[in-house]
Amino acid sequence: MATIELNGLIKRYGQTTVVHGIDLSIQDGEFVVLVGPSGCGKSTTLRMIAGLEEISGGEIRIGGRVVNDFQPKDRNIAMVFQNYAIYPHMTVADNIAFGLYRSKLSKSQKRQRVEQVAEMLGLSQLLERRPSALSGGQRQRVAIGRAMVRDPAAFLFDEPLSNLDAQLRTQMRIEIKRLHHRLGTTSVFVTHDQVEAMTMADRIVVMRDGRILQVGTPLELYEKPIDVFTARFIGSPTMNLLPARLRDGGADLAVGGSVQVPSASATTSDILVGARPQDLVPTAAGSQGLTVSGTVAVVETLGSETLVYIESAGQTVIGSAPGRQIPRIGDHLTLHAPLERLYYFDKVTEKALAAQ
Amino acid sequence: MPRIRPGRIVAWTLLFIGGVIMVTPLLFMLSTSLKDASQVYDLRVIPEAPTLDNYIEILSDGRFTRWFVNSMIVAVVVTLSNVFFDSLVGYTLAKFRFRGRYFVFIAILSTLMIPTEMLVLPWYLMASQFGWLDSYWGIMFPGMMTAFGTFLMKQFFEGVPDDFLEAARIDGLNEFTIWWKIAMPLVTPALSALAIFTFLGNWTAFFWPLIVTTSADLYTLPVGLSSFAVEQSIQWEKIMTGASIATLPTLIIFLFLQRYIVRGVMLAGLKG
Repeated sequence: MATIELNGLIKRYGQTTVVHGIDLSIQDGEFVVLVGPSGCGKSTTLRMIAGLEEISGGEIRIGGRVVNDFQPKDRNIAMVFQNYAIYPHMTVADNIAFGLYRSKLSKSQKRQRVEQVAEMLGLSQLLERRPSALSGGQRQRVAIGRAMVRDPAAFLFDEPLSNLDAQLRTQMRIEIKRLHHRLGTTSVFVTHDQVEAMTMADRIVVMRDGRILQVGTPLELYEKPIDVFTARFIGSPTMNLLPARLRDGGADLAVGGSVQVPSASATTSDILVGARPQDLVPTAAGSQGLTVSGTVAVVETLGSETLVYIESAGQTVIGSAPGRQIPRIGDHLTLHAPLERLYYFDKVTEKALAAQ
Repeated sequence: MPRIRPGRIVAWTLLFIGGVIMVTPLLFMLSTSLKDASQVYDLRVIPEAPTLDNYIEILSDGRFTRWFVNSMIVAVVVTLSNVFFDSLVGYTLAKFRFRGRYFVFIAILSTLMIPTEMLVLPWYLMASQFGWLDSYWGIMFPGMMTAFGTFLMKQFFEGVPDDFLEAARIDGLNEFTIWWKIAMPLVTPALSALAIFTFLGNWTAFFWPLIVTTSADLYTLPVGLSSFAVEQSIQWEKIMTGASIATLPTLIIFLFLQRYIVRGVMLAGLKG
C-alpha cells in the first residue's frame, strides 16, 4: 500500500499539451476516482501513473519514491483495463497466475495464492476455463484477480466497467468497493460516469481539458461545486441553471419572478441560479427560494420519483415529483426549491459565487 | 425442402469446375506413378495393371532419399527462420514507435518489387565470395527472412490490442517475452499461414537450388527429379512417382496447420 503524489504533471504530444501540470495527493488506502468527459486527460494521467506513458514534465511519487523513470513493472502497481486484456490463449488460473510472473514464490505457493484470489472473486469453479468460455462479468473478475494476486502498492482501474451491461455494472461496482474495503489498497479509478464516481469514491477528482477543476468527497462536489461544469457534471439529472440579473439583495430571473441572493461578488450583474431537480418540487410557492411555473412538457416515471420537465419562458426546467404523483402533460405546474438549496454562478466566469 | 438460390448453383458450379481443374493433374500424377513405362501414354485414369514397382525402385535409390532429406532440411530451417525473424521484425514495426520506422518498413516492402531473376546474380556472387556455393547455407540464405512474411506479420500484429501488451508490461515481462509469450500466441493463424507458404515455397523451389548446387548430394527434390528427366530419356512414371512422394509432406503440413488458420483466437480475451 502506498500514497501517490502527482506534482505539476504534464503530458505533451508534440505541440499539443493534454495534461497541464496537475497536482494531486492520494492518501494511503484511499479510493480516488478521476472523472470527466472524454478527452479530459484522465486516462492519460492514469497511464502516466502506471508508467505506460512517458511524462513530459513534473513528478510522480508512489510510496514516497519518485518513479518518473521507472518501468511499469518496477512501480509495483496493478492495472485493470477497459477491455479486460486477459490472455485468450491461457486458462483463468494461468491468467491470474500471470500477475505473479515476477514473484519468487514457489509453484505451490503461487497456486495457493491463485486459489485464494479465485475464491474471493467467485472464480473457483472456472479456473480451468479459457476466457472465450466466460461471460463479460467473469472476464472482468479474472482481470481484477490478476491485479489482486500480487498484492500491489496500488490498483489502477481504467474504465473497467464501461463494457458491462447496466445490471452487471452495478454489481461489479459493489464488488470492487467491497474488495477495496477488505484489502485497503490505494486505488485510482478512471470513469466518465458520474454515478460510478459518486458511488465508489472516497474522493472525486473532476477533470476537464487536462486540468483538475475540483477535488472533494462526493458530497462536497454535490453540495459545493466550484463552477458550472462540475455542477452540471455531478448529479443526475443535471442541475437546472437559470439566467438571472443581479439587483439589490436579489436577482430577477429570466423565466420570471425573482430570487434572493446572499451577498456575493460577481464580475457582472449576470448570474446563473442553479437548482437540482431533486430539490425543485411541486409545492405551494414559499416566500423564499426559487419558484418556477410552466407547462408540463415531458414526464419520466421512475417509480421512486417522477421527473417533470416544464417549459417556462422558452427554457426547460427539470423538477421532481413524488413517485405516485404523476402530473399530466400540458398541465400548468409550479415548482419550488428552498433558498438554502440554491446555487449561484457568475455567468461570465462560470465560477460559483462565494455564498455566505 | 429449402429453396436453393440460383446464385448458389452458379457458385457451386464454378467451385466444381475449379475443383476438377485442380484435382485432375494430381490424379494423373498418382495414376501415372502406378503405371509401368509401356502404359505411360495410355491416358486412362485407372491403370490397366497397377504396379508399385516405381515406388520400390525410387525409394530404394539412395539419391532420392538424400534429395528428400535435403529438401526437408532446407524447407524446415527456412520456415522456422521466417516464422521467427519475420514475426520479430513485423512485431517491432507494428508495435514500437521509433524514428525511421516508416522508412524501414517501406525499404523492406520495396524489395517485394524486385523479381527473383534479378536477384539471383547478386546472390550468386555473394555466395561465391563467402564460399557458400554448393552448401546448405548457400541454398537457404536468400530465404531466411522475407519481405512478404514481414509485411504479413506486421499487419497481423497491428490487430493485437495494445492492452494485452501493456498488461504484460505491468505484470513484469520484458519486451522479448511479451512478444514470445503474449503476442505470438495471438497471431497463430498468421503464423500458420506464413509457415505453410514458406514451407511450400521452399519445398518446391527449383531455380535457386539448381544454380547454387553442383554436387548431386546437395540437390533438393525438385532439382533431383528434374535430373531424372534429362539423364536418359524422359521417364515420366519415375518423375510422377517422385512427385507423388514429394506431395505428401506438403499435404501433411497443410492438414496439421490449417486448423490454426481457421481458429481465430484473437478477440476471445477482450470484450465480447
